[in-house]
Amino acid sequence: MKNFFASTWGVVLVGAVIGVVAVLLQYLGNPPNMGVCVACFERDIAGALGLHRAGVVQYMRPEIIGFVLGSLAAALIFRDFRARAGSAPIIRFVLGFFAMIGALVFLGCPWRALLRLAGGDLNAILGLAGLAVGVFIGTLFLRKGYSLGRSNKSPAMVGLMLPLIMVVFLVLLFLFPAIAPQGEEKSVQNLIWHSVAGPGSMHAALGISLGVGLLVGFIAQRSRFCTMGAFRDLFLFRQMHLMLGVIALVVAAVILNLVLGSFNAGFEGQPVAHSLYLWNFLGMVLAGWAFALAGGCPGRQLFMAGEGDGDAATFVLGMIAGAAFSHNFSMASSPNGIGAYGDIGVYVGLATCLLISVAMLKSKGGNQ
Amino acid sequence: MSTDTTKTVDARGLSCPQPVILTLDAIKNMASGTVTVLVDTDASRENVARAAGFRGWNVAESPAQDDATALTLTK
Repeated sequence: MKNFFASTWGVVLVGAVIGVVAVLLQYLGNPPNMGVCVACFERDIAGALGLHRAGVVQYMRPEIIGFVLGSLAAALIFRDFRARAGSAPIIRFVLGFFAMIGALVFLGCPWRALLRLAGGDLNAILGLAGLAVGVFIGTLFLRKGYSLGRSNKSPAMVGLMLPLIMVVFLVLLFLFPAIAPQGEEKSVQNLIWHSVAGPGSMHAALGISLGVGLLVGFIAQRSRFCTMGAFRDLFLFRQMHLMLGVIALVVAAVILNLVLGSFNAGFEGQPVAHSLYLWNFLGMVLAGWAFALAGGCPGRQLFMAGEGDGDAATFVLGMIAGAAFSHNFSMASSPNGIGAYGDIGVYVGLATCLLISVAMLKSKGGNQ
Repeated sequence: MSTDTTKTVDARGLSCPQPVILTLDAIKNMASGTVTVLVDTDASRENVARAAGFRGWNVAESPAQDDATALTLTK
């Protein structure tokens, strides 16, 4: 069956659509240069669940829920749903954990790095350079036979578990909406937490966020859009396919930002960002390396989880856990700079990636 | 450069980019021949077909057992 979205024009279209809807979401209430950020939004979900208590970043982001369920819908409709799991799940959890630590030192996943760049935030150049370097390190080990081993075909329930968790998240959001704040708190609790100040309080209407999430999940599943894969395939195979989708995202977002007057070039005073060059770079080196070892950027992991990949689902849970630790242990950055233990978090994460990279070389392409 | 070789790559259960790496390893030193690649996800099928096609190999698909797809690469 011919899959248009897997063609060059297909992935370019998907990248452009993501760029457009992300900037529109910013226009409609999402935080600046954060129309869609998988790392930030999973962090907000960790906060909504009370796994961390950083009051300004707690919201059950419907976009994330939509990504998984939209991907599930596409996979079911196009008979692409394959429940599978068992390729080193605990390692995928840890990679997700440290990918999040790195992303929150930079303040964004690769998608947000692109959106920050498209909004004129030049600090994103350091982040994207870090991402490229991290992915490149990962490809060195992939070339030498790094593998997490084969997954096994599994009962459908294995692949449906994360989509079901997302449905529960959505039900929680419907049943326990934000309530009026009582005092000076930055967030209110109605079973789940809702920020009333800061980025977590900024969001488009639920229906719009969910709708956009479902649309992006659907088309991204078909196109295999992946920001990590864009760099990886360029380094490993000299293939531009996915990179064209990434470029389309940036071009579309820049154009729309210019039209809407939300383009503001510079390093200082950028929204939800800091300008510590070294840490913008190193945070994303860690994240990029972890994404490469796990086979996908955070968005792609959500789409793979939607099409039945239980190992990608484990990576997602690792990211949510990582976000909780990142804030609980003061590793996350803020516009004021990196957290008190952000540097230690990055060092430990890089050491962990090196350990996993070397330890998993033996399996030589998983051809046991 | 070997010619008219026949090889099989079993990429079932492997996630990207490994199916492509294994395929390119297999065709690297082949001037002509046939390589059969077994894949079990649509993403792997598309990626292997794209990478091999890009390097001038013809790609044919046929269903294999256990929901897998056999890609037959010829040149």
